[in-house]
Amino acid sequence: MSTLIELKGISASYNGYAVLAEVNLKIREGDFIGVIGPNGGGKTTLLKVILGLIKPTGGEIVFNTDKIRRNKIGYLPQMAEGDNNFPVSVRDVVLSGLMIIKGHNARMNREDRIKADNVLNELGIYHLRNKSLNNLSGGELQRVYLCRALIGSPKLLLLDEPGSFVDTSFEQGFYDKLKELNKTVTIMMVSHDVGTISAFVKSFACVNRKLHFHDSGRITTEQLKAYDCPIQLIAHGDVPHTVLKTH
Amino acid sequence: MLEAFLDYNFLFKSFLAVIFGSITAGIAGSYIVSKKMVFLSGGITHSSFGGIGIAYFIGISPVFGAACFGVASALGIQYLASRQKVSEDSAIGFLWAFGMAVGIIFIYLTPGYTPDLMSYLFGSILTINTADLTALLILSAILLFFFARYYRSILYVAFDEGYARTFSSRVDLFKYLLIVLVSLVIVLNIRIAGIVLVLSLLTIPPNIALLYTKNFSKMIIISIIAGFVGMFSGLVASWYLNIPTGATIIFTLVLLWIISRMVNFRAKPEIIKAKAPPPMSGI
Repeated sequence: MSTLIELKGISASYNGYAVLAEVNLKIREGDFIGVIGPNGGGKTTLLKVILGLIKPTGGEIVFNTDKIRRNKIGYLPQMAEGDNNFPVSVRDVVLSGLMIIKGHNARMNREDRIKADNVLNELGIYHLRNKSLNNLSGGELQRVYLCRALIGSPKLLLLDEPGSFVDTSFEQGFYDKLKELNKTVTIMMVSHDVGTISAFVKSFACVNRKLHFHDSGRITTEQLKAYDCPIQLIAHGDVPHTVLKTH
Repeated sequence: MLEAFLDYNFLFKSFLAVIFGSITAGIAGSYIVSKKMVFLSGGITHSSFGGIGIAYFIGISPVFGAACFGVASALGIQYLASRQKVSEDSAIGFLWAFGMAVGIIFIYLTPGYTPDLMSYLFGSILTINTADLTALLILSAILLFFFARYYRSILYVAFDEGYARTFSSRVDLFKYLLIVLVSLVIVLNIRIAGIVLVLSLLTIPPNIALLYTKNFSKMIIISIIAGFVGMFSGLVASWYLNIPTGATIIFTLVLLWIISRMVNFRAKPEIIKAKAPPPMSGI
């Protein structure tokens, strides 16, 4: 697997607090990285550094420009800040995912609208394309924002706690969708829910100021302890899981 | 009436003011209503009175004074809110009253009688002059150009600033440019409806539009049309009834909103239907 993006000794702060210290990470093509760690450990900051929204105070990010550029990253923020009462249609929200490719004086043509409709159809919400956001449920909104992240055909998808406002009925479908997407797209997903995501991630990154990369989809409590990664393990009934005893 | 418009130069000028007023207020109003910046706009409106007072005192154009004060207070509110840890609505409260206070003090200090002070408080479309009209014409052209060329950027920065930062490093520039344009729209429309009434010129037409559409570009177009209908009928009504024009315009705009609401109320509610997927190839 070739490397898409490499973080070398990245340090970053947020609101004056040092959140990341000397973080090294190689994002490899085709990987599905589960980013776990305690609240305030720097998971979201890590994604924002990769996106270029936060400037690191130290270290460097190297893009393998043969494979990826910054405008080929799709992003699903934790809390979408969009105002649900804003006069904007679902399709227009999805189209905003093309802005990074088209630039400031972008115009959306028929082809772009077809692209948007196709992505909406892919996620089963084509019938909502002309609706405004205040008519949508949490799960539908989540899918709209996922469509926005996908419309630019990204090489890398950064997802920040996508499970946090999905309705449970859609949750399994959502993760199945991600698994399918992972055949062509590299995914890096922040989650507090190690139990659920360990069923399909290929590797783990524990972020707690420092980053420990674990090259397997399975992670044990011992390892979490060794990484100084105090997170909660949540067990789900219908997912096969093992509960390990603490020593 | 038609002869009156052709015979009386001032009526023709008022008609032009209605056209440019509805264009500028329709565009800027759609932005402030969608972004829920009406209170901020109220702050800009009232603080511009300080500029009018100073302009009287030193003997320059009151509109120019108001424009300087309006833009400065808009930027001042943003500065206080982002850098000085004052919440935005408190910052608006500061500058709202401060501008009025400055205006009152300087008008008090100005020697002699200030004849058309009332026209700045309540508007005076019938005495609008060529300089005001030229300024409104230029502002209309700038707004039309800016919104046509950068429509998508404006829409997405207004809708979701956080996400917009992922694709643009000029989010703040857009925000500041827009707030400056909104201030100028407010100040130039003060000539039509006055400080006390101008805000409804910006807020009623977009709210009429919102009864019919949830699409930002259509909202702008319907706002302009609704603004024109309301302002023009207000102008005509005030001419025949011989009552103050600014106040009549606001009255007709509210009436237009009520009629639109009633028409809209009778319309069938939207029903979401799942339709067959489009016959298109994969992504």
